[in-house]
Amino acid sequence: MASDVTTPMLSEAIRDKIRAFIPRYPNKRAVTLPALHIVHEYFRCVPYQAMAEIAEILEITPAEVHDTMSFYGFFPQAPIGDVRVWICRSLSCMITGGDEMLEHACKKLGVRSGQTTPDGKLTVEFAECLGICDFAPAALADDGRIFGPLTPEKVDAMIEELKKDKDPVDPTHGLGSSAGPATPSRPEG
Amino acid sequence: MSISFTLDGREVEARAGETIWQVARREGVEIPHLCYSPAPGYRADGNCRACMVEVEGERVLAPSCLRRPSPGMKVATDSARSKAARAMVMELLLADQPPREAAHDPDSKFWRWADKLGVTESRFPARHAPAPDVSHPAMAVQLDACIHCGLCVRACREVQVNDVIGMGRRGHHAKIVFDLDDPMGHSTCVACGECVQACPTGALMPSSVLDKEGRKSREPDRSVDSLCPYCGVGCQLTYQIEGNKILQVDGRDGPANHNRLCVKGRFGFDYVAHPQRLTRPLIRKPDVPKDADDFVDPSDPSTHFREATWDEALDVAAAGLRTIRDTFGGRALAGFGSAKGSNEEAYLFQKLVRTGFGGNNVDHCTRLCHASSVAALIETIGSGAVTAPFSECVHSDVIVVIGANPTVNHPVAATFIKGAARRGAKLVVIDPRGQGLSRHATHHLRFKPGSDVALLNALIHVIIEEGLYDRAYVDRFTSGFEELRARTFAFSPEKMAPVCGVDASTLREVARLYGRARSALIFWGMGISQHVHGTDNARCLIALALLCGQVGRPGSGLHPLRGQNNVQGASDAGLIPMFLPDYHRTNDPAAHADFEKYWGVNLDPEPGLTVVEIMAAILRGSIRGMYIMGENPAMSDPDARHAREALAKLDHLVVQEIFLTETARHADVILPSTAFPEKTGTFTNTDRRVQIGRAALQPPGDARQDWWIVRDLARRLGLGWNYEHPSEIYEELRGCMPSIRGISWGRLEREGAVTYPCPSESDPGHELIFAEGFPTPTGRGKLVPAEVSPPDELPDDAYPMVLTTGRLLEHWHTGSMTRRATVLDRIEPEAAVHVAPADLRRLGANPGDRLRVSTRRGSIELAARSDRDVPPGLIFIPFCFAEAAANLLTNPALDPFGKIPEFKFCAAKVEATGAG
Repeated sequence: MASDVTTPMLSEAIRDKIRAFIPRYPNKRAVTLPALHIVHEYFRCVPYQAMAEIAEILEITPAEVHDTMSFYGFFPQAPIGDVRVWICRSLSCMITGGDEMLEHACKKLGVRSGQTTPDGKLTVEFAECLGICDFAPAALADDGRIFGPLTPEKVDAMIEELKKDKDPVDPTHGLGSSAGPATPSRPEG
Repeated sequence: MSISFTLDGREVEARAGETIWQVARREGVEIPHLCYSPAPGYRADGNCRACMVEVEGERVLAPSCLRRPSPGMKVATDSARSKAARAMVMELLLADQPPREAAHDPDSKFWRWADKLGVTESRFPARHAPAPDVSHPAMAVQLDACIHCGLCVRACREVQVNDVIGMGRRGHHAKIVFDLDDPMGHSTCVACGECVQACPTGALMPSSVLDKEGRKSREPDRSVDSLCPYCGVGCQLTYQIEGNKILQVDGRDGPANHNRLCVKGRFGFDYVAHPQRLTRPLIRKPDVPKDADDFVDPSDPSTHFREATWDEALDVAAAGLRTIRDTFGGRALAGFGSAKGSNEEAYLFQKLVRTGFGGNNVDHCTRLCHASSVAALIETIGSGAVTAPFSECVHSDVIVVIGANPTVNHPVAATFIKGAARRGAKLVVIDPRGQGLSRHATHHLRFKPGSDVALLNALIHVIIEEGLYDRAYVDRFTSGFEELRARTFAFSPEKMAPVCGVDASTLREVARLYGRARSALIFWGMGISQHVHGTDNARCLIALALLCGQVGRPGSGLHPLRGQNNVQGASDAGLIPMFLPDYHRTNDPAAHADFEKYWGVNLDPEPGLTVVEIMAAILRGSIRGMYIMGENPAMSDPDARHAREALAKLDHLVVQEIFLTETARHADVILPSTAFPEKTGTFTNTDRRVQIGRAALQPPGDARQDWWIVRDLARRLGLGWNYEHPSEIYEELRGCMPSIRGISWGRLEREGAVTYPCPSESDPGHELIFAEGFPTPTGRGKLVPAEVSPPDELPDDAYPMVLTTGRLLEHWHTGSMTRRATVLDRIEPEAAVHVAPADLRRLGANPGDRLRVSTRRGSIELAARSDRDVPPGLIFIPFCFAEAAANLLTNPALDPFGKIPEFKFCAAKVEATGAG
């Protein structure tokens, strides 16, 4: 039932960005994922109302947006920290101590996996295979920085690094940092 | 083509397309199934693995619900391996279930299979059980019993095409969600209940059978197959009854609904047990004068009425009518029957008016809905009924829905339209308001209200000028082409675009879409008919279909969606002032003679007055007495204040009702009658499908069957009627209605539904008609041009807005039933005017604030609802709310042909009166 209650959450600019994807797909429904990414990039989450508005823009139902959104672990519904870091727990990382590294990070930060530090700087989560098994146990920050192979000490260093105010211009900032020996030849995350 | 294979060592045949499961069932072999439903419309999904069977030579087991047999295949349904696998599936599913003794539905499909397989305990740990969601007034969501079979998702998305339910998250965390994981009662759920009917575990159940702990506490002791009492779709259903109370309603596999129901049919049944039911005949107290603005509390009629015996009430009722007849003649009396009654009741009622009163002043609410459509259809193609059932749209390339809002008014018919659109049919919606079908439409033309003829003539213009019409069909089956061409020549899309507010290129695109369709079906509703140019609107639609030869073939046709459950049948039975049964004109000498003979009395050949005309005649003093059975003109007539004045002015008014309606307030005698589930009778749906409804309950108190009341009143007016059962009345109707001659009462009892025309008992009935011409004197369909004429009352400075009226999904007509149905009134409890958000802001009002809406006829106050489906400048008010009756505002101006009032357009003024 279309009833008007609130002012829109998505600005015209964001809507235009979403609409720009429509000609690239055979139908509007296919733009659901790009739209979720656009919204996520802007809000650092996919708020409830934004899903309803995506549904409206794409002329699909809210349930269809929610199905897609919630299928993936990537889209939080409340804002996450300035940096989001995934610690891998898939095979290569698990046998080299990925679970322990995650536990260590959580303990150090005083949060559970999936939670954000009270200062809002860092969200830590587990991930299934990040595809950087050569650095197992490995971690990936959502700005592309890669860390590994991790040890408890390197996790501490990583946290310190990630909690520093972000340098907005250099996404390769973390590569080759003291926290890990990532090589410049690796593609960014 | 069938193939043969081996099932459990037996050679069996599989028909084309059959799965192993279906063959097994036909052969009497039971295979467990949970996520599969053999009900129509449900796709097998194969996700639960409860139906696994072993195929010789194959490495893995096969889901029998999906797997189709191949020739020579050897299938074992009872091998040790398949049995072990199925038992393991049950055990795994059982792990998460509430214990049997706390099961929401201990008799669910899930538990019945668990019992049959002997699996009642699980060795596996349970996962987190979600909390119950009881936010909806009609349904309880208890996902601790959910097995993620996805039947509810298919029910919601594929069967009813509402797309509210989703399977959220993934894997172990998967969860059934509504919209954005909202509580069901706050979601966009339309409460069709399809998911409840589909759920195999009790995770989704009707609240009506649950106790406080969410467990099924009530069991029906019997069930009765009947019909839905609401719209013209004609859904078949089963009443589940405990004692004399309906517990639950299930959809039945009728030809019109295939098990589907909507919120009204499924949850709107408890009005029958409302404490305000009339249970004793009432006679007006001598010292209580009548007054148009009078109010009578339906819970306490004693302020105005006293109870009486049936004998006394019928004597008083008859004496008043008889005196007027004998003093002023039969034309001083009038009767309104009802499109909610059965064919038998309609037939008997009009027979009473024609033979007992002695005139033709008999009408019913068809006058207020499709009178103009019928006038145009009879004029052009010689028949007032649909040419194809609505379900025919599943075979259409192009579906046009104009001036109809079927997701609200014909929800089950809408499921077929939505389903067809999803499978690729092009859907064109033409309506000033946005609506539930809009998102399924390839085009939604939101044209200016009242500019229908301009828009439709532009489409006709393109089809003719671009040569898109079917020349061969036009030559062979139509007349009037040259005149139509000449008269629509001036209506180019470019000229009409500013008139109708749709740009010329879109008009051309839609005309081409329709003109080039292989098969196209046009649906229309009150948005077409309820205008002073309603007949012209319908003429244009008929011309479109005739031009393109879109009649009589699969997927093609003309379908005015009939609003009431028996508006087709009531009209067929002659409950209209100008036609005797089967549409014989009262002044047709041959028909007149036939009916004088059939009924054995002299008949008045002069056509009677229509609904709105009768009200005017009362005020003029020429009509003095009325008998009203099941109609509520005090709410449903345009300019209802005027109608109420007329009712109050009558010397004698007899009202036969189940509740003390706004109309009954003005009665001299009130006769308590039966509600739908208390009566047996035949009903004809929008498809021309005659179906049988069966009594499920005893009427309350002293309430009597409507046919019984009409009969006993007739006897007191000097008619020697001896009917003892509705079947006798039906058979008499059948004797004068050749189109249903092949549909005997006995056949209906056996088959449940037969579509007329059906000339003989062996004839299966005909759904698609007019493949080879029309029942007109020439056998041709007539193309009738229409001129653009404006609505009767245009907005001006004093009344700058346009008011349009209609229904809500939850409320039926004047609300006398649905406002008393607990669930329905809880979902839509308050009178509201739907306003465009921008207009609301301009008024300085917020949603929920009180607004005063006025027209030249009256003024009402009601809550504001901000509705983006309403275009700026327009307001919409549902006419079901007695406390803010929309028809106090509407314009009684009539279409000159159909005599239908212009409910869909009048000038109005809206003012904010303060916060709500």
